[in-house]
Amino acid sequence: MMVRAEKAVPRHPLWVRLTHWVNTGAFLALLVSGFAILLALPRLFWGETGANDAPAWIVLPLPVNLEQTGWGCNLHFLAAWIFVLNGALYGLVALASGHFRRRLTPDRDQLHPRHIAADIRAHLRLTGSGAAGARRYNVLQKLAYLAVILVLAPVMLLSGLTMSPGVTAAYPELFTLFGGRQSARTIHFLSAAGLVGFLFIHVWQVLANGPLDLMRGMITGRSARPTSGPAPRERIPTKWLPVRRKNARQNKGRETPA
Amino acid sequence: MSDLTRRRLMLGSSALGIGGLLGGCELIENGPRRPGLYGLSDTLTLATQRFLLRDQPLVREFGPEAISAVFPTINTTDPDNSDYRRSKAVGFSDWRLPVSGFVERPVAFTLAELKAMPSRTQVTLHSCEQGWSAIGGWTGVPLSHVLASVGLKPEARFIVIRTVDGWWDSYDLFDALHPQTILAYGMNGGDLPVAHGAPVRLRVERQLGYKSLKYLASIEATDRVDGLGQGRGSMVSEMGFSWYAGI
Repeated sequence: MMVRAEKAVPRHPLWVRLTHWVNTGAFLALLVSGFAILLALPRLFWGETGANDAPAWIVLPLPVNLEQTGWGCNLHFLAAWIFVLNGALYGLVALASGHFRRRLTPDRDQLHPRHIAADIRAHLRLTGSGAAGARRYNVLQKLAYLAVILVLAPVMLLSGLTMSPGVTAAYPELFTLFGGRQSARTIHFLSAAGLVGFLFIHVWQVLANGPLDLMRGMITGRSARPTSGPAPRERIPTKWLPVRRKNARQNKGRETPA
Repeated sequence: MSDLTRRRLMLGSSALGIGGLLGGCELIENGPRRPGLYGLSDTLTLATQRFLLRDQPLVREFGPEAISAVFPTINTTDPDNSDYRRSKAVGFSDWRLPVSGFVERPVAFTLAELKAMPSRTQVTLHSCEQGWSAIGGWTGVPLSHVLASVGLKPEARFIVIRTVDGWWDSYDLFDALHPQTILAYGMNGGDLPVAHGAPVRLRVERQLGYKSLKYLASIEATDRVDGLGQGRGSMVSEMGFSWYAGI
């Protein structure tokens, strides 16, 4: 009678899921088009100026290709608008709804050094950090999300705008902030590399922690989770069954679907 | 000057109005057209930047010590054109720049006449869509002065510029009348080198380098550009680049 069951529980509200997937599309488009633009000059500089015959800070081992900047710029700026408008929507709702405070800010106990050390050990065990069944994000997860939302994404946007001759005519302070146009371009590249690093860890963590259930949570908004106890290690075989059993109980007396 | 202010307000507010018409791909009334999603994002960019630049700020200017040792030359570096070569051989003394269209007094200016006009020298950062940037010093006459001297008619809304090597581009008055939009005949204290567009090139400082045409051949004031070529407003737009390159 007292079945210790997993049940489908609300995981992500609609606005989180929508902005997550819109952002996924925009980010991938920005990545591909940004790479295409980079191929016209795969060299990085500090300061205001930089060109093929000028001394570079780093010469990236990439083939030079001048023919990709047309579609590259078009797609990059279209995707940038989507990234910015979608990000603004996310930021506003996350602030207004308390999402930042409740879901993303580490709790007091999570900031204890021993807790953080334990969390690092859990991540280094490649069997998974238990993210899928957890009631809250773990501390490394929270810190990674906050770093992306509060540091990398704004730096990406501002360093991108510093490469705009129109925007910098209105806000020359951007040049001061980044130390010149080529510095902004280099920082744009480095923070893009940081975001790609986040993407790899993010996808690895999903794959290592019950990918089907996590994907279900981010698409339908609901995912399986135990009513009590720690996160289960095995969840795929029992994924749907408990839900059906619970519904069957509720529908007692009616015709039960086969 | 009050005329410039009036136009500025008009153009600024019309650009803002466009921002509301998200479905449209007409950046400016009778201006270049671009279909599809890229037309939409171009429109958003133009409307936003017209708002940010509504007070017509100047871009940064540097001291002469900031001038780059390396200033790349791209596309044409010496036009393969017999008229141009003959003109170059005589120091461009027979070169003429016709200014026509919606103007009261169409004139073909000589290089000496342009040099006799009030000049402006600006050391600015040139940004290329290919990623490079360099600082150069440019001396020339503001396009607004040249247009005022021929009497721009009220119907004029765009300035179409064509070059010796077959490029063409268009600018609405918001950018054409900006104080740093100049017809440059000097670079870094000397004459403008052939590789950089001699005898006269355009400088449009608030947009990417491809809007600063080299080897100017003619200037025409028009009331619309949607009928020119494919209606995209410039040669590079027909190749898939944005007409407005404030990015």
